[in-house]
Amino acid sequence: MRRLLFTLIGLLAMLAVAGQDFLNNATVNGSFQTDVQFYRPDNAIGIYDTTILGRKVGINGFGNINFSLGKFKAGMRYEAMLTPLAGFDPRQEGNGFPNVWASWGNDLIDLTVGNFYEQFGSGLIFRSYEEWTLGYDNSVNGMRVLLYPAKGLTLKGVYGSQRFFWQKYERNSRGLVRGADAEFSFNDAFEGMESSGFRLSVGASAVSKYQRDADPLYNLPENVGAFSGRINLGAGNFSFMTEYAWKINDPSAVNNYIFAEGQALLSSLSYSQKGLGVVLQLKRVDNFSFKSDRGETANALDINFLPPINRTHAYSLTAKYPYATQPNGEMGLQFQVNYKIPKGTKLGGKYGTGVALNFSQVNDIVRDTADKTEYSGTLGYTSDFFKVSDHIFFRDLNIEIDKRFNSRLKGVVQYMNLLYDIAVIEGHTGEEAVEAHLAVADFTYKLSSRNALRVEAQGLWTKQDEGDWAALMAEYTIAPKWFVALADQYNYGNPDKDKRNHFYTFSAGYTRESTRIALTYGRQSEGVVCVGGVCRQVPASSGLTVTLSTNF
Amino acid sequence: MKKIFFLCFIGMISLSLQAQETSLPKVMIKTLDGQSFNTSGISNDGKPVILSFWALWCKPCQKELDAFSELYAEWQKETGVKIYAVSIDDSRSTARVAPLVKGKGWEFEVLLDPNGDFKRAMNVNMIPHTFLLDGNGKIISQHTAYFDGAELELYEKVKKLAGKN
Repeated sequence: MRRLLFTLIGLLAMLAVAGQDFLNNATVNGSFQTDVQFYRPDNAIGIYDTTILGRKVGINGFGNINFSLGKFKAGMRYEAMLTPLAGFDPRQEGNGFPNVWASWGNDLIDLTVGNFYEQFGSGLIFRSYEEWTLGYDNSVNGMRVLLYPAKGLTLKGVYGSQRFFWQKYERNSRGLVRGADAEFSFNDAFEGMESSGFRLSVGASAVSKYQRDADPLYNLPENVGAFSGRINLGAGNFSFMTEYAWKINDPSAVNNYIFAEGQALLSSLSYSQKGLGVVLQLKRVDNFSFKSDRGETANALDINFLPPINRTHAYSLTAKYPYATQPNGEMGLQFQVNYKIPKGTKLGGKYGTGVALNFSQVNDIVRDTADKTEYSGTLGYTSDFFKVSDHIFFRDLNIEIDKRFNSRLKGVVQYMNLLYDIAVIEGHTGEEAVEAHLAVADFTYKLSSRNALRVEAQGLWTKQDEGDWAALMAEYTIAPKWFVALADQYNYGNPDKDKRNHFYTFSAGYTRESTRIALTYGRQSEGVVCVGGVCRQVPASSGLTVTLSTNF
Repeated sequence: MKKIFFLCFIGMISLSLQAQETSLPKVMIKTLDGQSFNTSGISNDGKPVILSFWALWCKPCQKELDAFSELYAEWQKETGVKIYAVSIDDSRSTARVAPLVKGKGWEFEVLLDPNGDFKRAMNVNMIPHTFLLDGNGKIISQHTAYFDGAELELYEKVKKLAGKN
């Protein structure tokens, strides 16, 4: 008996030791962020007690915890939006674990169960992703298989239901998504091609959604299939990419329940060598909204992603009028040149000068009879693939020059000419399209190796919408930890004299390693925040914002 | 006898577990040419690696990479450090990444993470987010945000890691 006990204790001790080894080999990591806003009434910019309605604090927070041990991984994500920040969809309000997942993988297979993110090709028929700053998450709750059966060949299969805020999936509460993708890279597959100047990969995908037809009027397709093919070709300094997608009829609230088929095309051709890069992109979208609930019109339940191809601007006024893809139809092109004027030349100076020229324009497509789009329940319209409508949704011509003057001073200047159909893009029906000129100057002066002062001045001149704006910002940084900044945006040309407001802010922040705390006090003007192609309207607000972010 | 057998068994398990190396997560992303790239292959023959997440819409990110670019030749000569810059631009702008990189004359490795898979695996909440890895792919330090001059502190750490201090 005693011997047995000793053996057991010994075994337990060994297990404990082994267990420690077991845990030593496991890793746990994660990240955390919380954004808090305290709101106060500010009558001058139209925020009254009745706007705030007692909700003086908005908090969005999340935490991710991931565990991995060898080939096994698992993770979960907690979110609490109590109450969501101003401007977020009110359906965001809630708390819990929206994402829980586990996966296992080796050289041949990778399996995931639970919530996952995935993209086929450029996402024209399938992309699930998450964008915290926008409160956007269309992760799929289901299963995913990745297979690597041969060198150069990748196969993917997915199915599940998509995240819809906090609403749990129940039978027929929304649609289901199933999809498969194959990609073959010739360079990875064939020896000798690996380091060849010629590069080729091809891919194809198919996605189907199922949603029950409960419509009393129409006989709607319950299974909607979408298909796409893509080629990625490279030769020397040239690179060409194209993806074409097609979808069967998919009547929805977005296309006003027409039974037309949809198609989308995205192509790009680029040339790059040291000091020079040129890219031309073309896009055509026709009736290509693809959501797992045909009744949804907001930024939710998208199965696919239709990228807007214009430049995403980084300064506050240049980003004031951002374009958003029109899924019912658009044709766009984008052209960009990046050139570095070499060092030692007259224009290049001692350090070289960077020049970036960018042009993009998006027009409507031509429909045989415009009125027919109103006719729900019909085939809608027919559209000539190559015809471009005279109706311009968006046009942006901008040039940016960056230059270092000496070891202490460097700067960026930018000019931008913009045409923005605010009626179509933001739904401000009846408003005139915005024609604007913008200019930016951004200079950084290094006071010492770690202290720098940055000053940014911007102007936006237009006769439409809110009229002229000027913005000024000064930022002092002590690398790598501290910053303070003062900024003001002044709507001095607003046609309504009572609305010629200053939107001042004071911000400060501290960063150590990956932990960041930032405070901003002041006014936020009404506008649109866009990240990676999705936009969110932000109402005017006034108060204090605190952001805390870290990882481990 | 049984006891010995158990001991051996447990010993073998713990040994097999220890044999696994800890390094970067394995995520399939793309190179600038559009070829598949396994992130666990990020390495530099035992020398330090700087791994920086950035995007076209992020000004401070490009400032940081410009600063790296100006010093890269010197850094490489002194410490052999290698820089990987991972763009998290999605399909709206991936086609513009290579022309910008070449146009700016950046000479480090640039990778594309169009759906944020690698970003999530590395717990990157906001960019720029820069990691310093040792020769075994272990994270030595990391930093969010970029202010002018931060590259100097980073390089001090690189030198220490490379034993060149």
